[in-house]
Amino acid sequence: MKATAKYLALGLGAIVFAYPFLWMITSSLKPEADIGGFGLWSTHFTLSNYAQVFERIPLGRAFLNSIIVSLSSTVSVIVFGSMVGYALARLQFKGRGALYAVVVFTMTLPFQITLIPQYILMVKLGITDTYLALVAPTLMTAFSIILFRQFFIYIPQALIDAARIDGCSELRILFRVIWPLSRPVVITVSLLTFMSSWNEVLWPLIVVRNRSLMTMPQLVTLFTIGGEAESLLGLQLAAATLLALPIIIAYSFFQRYFIESMASAGIKG
Amino acid sequence: MTSLWKFDSPRHRQSKTGYWFVLPYAVFFGGFVAYPLIFSFVLLFHRWNVVTPMEWIGLKNFERLFSDPLFFKAIINTLKFLLIHIPLQMVVALGLAVLLNSKLKCRGFFRAVFFLPVVVSGVVVTILWQQLYAFDSGLLNRMLSAVGIGRVPWLIDPDMAMLSIALMATWKNVGIYIILFLVGLQDVPRELYESASIDGATRARQFFRITLPMLRPTFVVVVVLSTIGGFSLFVEPYVLTGGGPMESTLSAVLYIYNQAFYFNHMGYAATLGFVFALIILGVVLLQRKVIETEPTT
Repeated sequence: MKATAKYLALGLGAIVFAYPFLWMITSSLKPEADIGGFGLWSTHFTLSNYAQVFERIPLGRAFLNSIIVSLSSTVSVIVFGSMVGYALARLQFKGRGALYAVVVFTMTLPFQITLIPQYILMVKLGITDTYLALVAPTLMTAFSIILFRQFFIYIPQALIDAARIDGCSELRILFRVIWPLSRPVVITVSLLTFMSSWNEVLWPLIVVRNRSLMTMPQLVTLFTIGGEAESLLGLQLAAATLLALPIIIAYSFFQRYFIESMASAGIKG
Repeated sequence: MTSLWKFDSPRHRQSKTGYWFVLPYAVFFGGFVAYPLIFSFVLLFHRWNVVTPMEWIGLKNFERLFSDPLFFKAIINTLKFLLIHIPLQMVVALGLAVLLNSKLKCRGFFRAVFFLPVVVSGVVVTILWQQLYAFDSGLLNRMLSAVGIGRVPWLIDPDMAMLSIALMATWKNVGIYIILFLVGLQDVPRELYESASIDGATRARQFFRITLPMLRPTFVVVVVLSTIGGFSLFVEPYVLTGGGPMESTLSAVLYIYNQAFYFNHMGYAATLGFVFALIILGVVLLQRKVIETEPTT
């Protein structure tokens, strides 16, 4: 009996969290008149909402922009983040402690304080409405540096020493010896960075006004609140589904990594 | 020879490489952290619309802030949000985590489903909930009127709108906290429960005497992260309500955004950002102190 109640509660929870998404996806495939019921099924499934969304907004381009921005941010964060993490964990140099303190300070700094000055910096550099402005503030994150450092500290010194005796440069040691041993942290940082970059809305809204440079969440947001969707529900749901799909697909493949990443990040953060 | 050897010593090589390795970060820090921070201090004392030259106005931004009803409104709205969001999130997350932590089939499946809204963009979640919350045709109101409760003015009533946003945010984020509680629960030593049951403690008593106190670090994380989240709220009110009705969902970040990008009040927006940041740091420090020192009975 107790087991039944337990599964009932969990099942109810599963419905509460998953059903809205199922409803969103199936409704986006229905003609406007059919949307609104609770049901998922329809006798006239159609792709017309999708066709119309692509007609009204440059969603393909936005998808490409989002991929470019998220990938460059992710690559930069793991390459430069692991370099700093490695230096903080394994290299001796003057000012290392101070640098670590600076990184920790940066992590605790609320973004509200730097938001406006960062925008002004983009204006002064004359790079608003460029890819550079979209990625610049996320090219490195204090948080990833700290995650890398924590992980690298526990790698046996003997491995590093052996590589040094073989004449490896430190860069080679980092990418050929340390990285292969650090897959969990590299994957964690990659996923978290990619996800937060993919889902970011505020910063693109601030620095990009040119439609052909907009990221997907930005374009979908403006499409929804602006007049373009003409409060047609089907179109909004289709746009939302397209925005959600890449992450949902990635999530279904790397589900474990996503969850474990968040867990380790939350605990250390 | 000796001096050459010294020059090439591993230690020296390390320290040189060390500087090379952190150089990109130093540049980044200078440009995107240090410079904005310094510039934010400059902005605090200026009026500026980006186009015309800056104008020194002393403490006027602060004077304005402390007599700005919308600034206080944004704080009250955020507190309202947190007042619902934090307790709701704790109860739901802890409840589901305890269930997931028991002997269970399909644990992985449930965990994955509860976590789904976390990975999906806030924009998607907001568009979705806009449909759920719609007054006439929304799914929630259809459901409620079907069971005879009648329609709820989720986003129309100024007294309700922020609570509705808090409910939605809980739905979106609770997955993270389920996972955090789950990790916390697994860290509680088994022996504690074993010796407690030998002493005849009931399940409920074990939960309140062992589980809850042992989860204190997790509670700190949940409260702190939720608070930061509350002060960072932007997409949800931006898409859902635009801050209305009657500014009842105006959040801190939305207000900064409006001041900066609708009114071009860069100096005042920076002042708002600065003060909100101080408030966040203050509140978070206070919360840590309270939760970490308060004795549980």
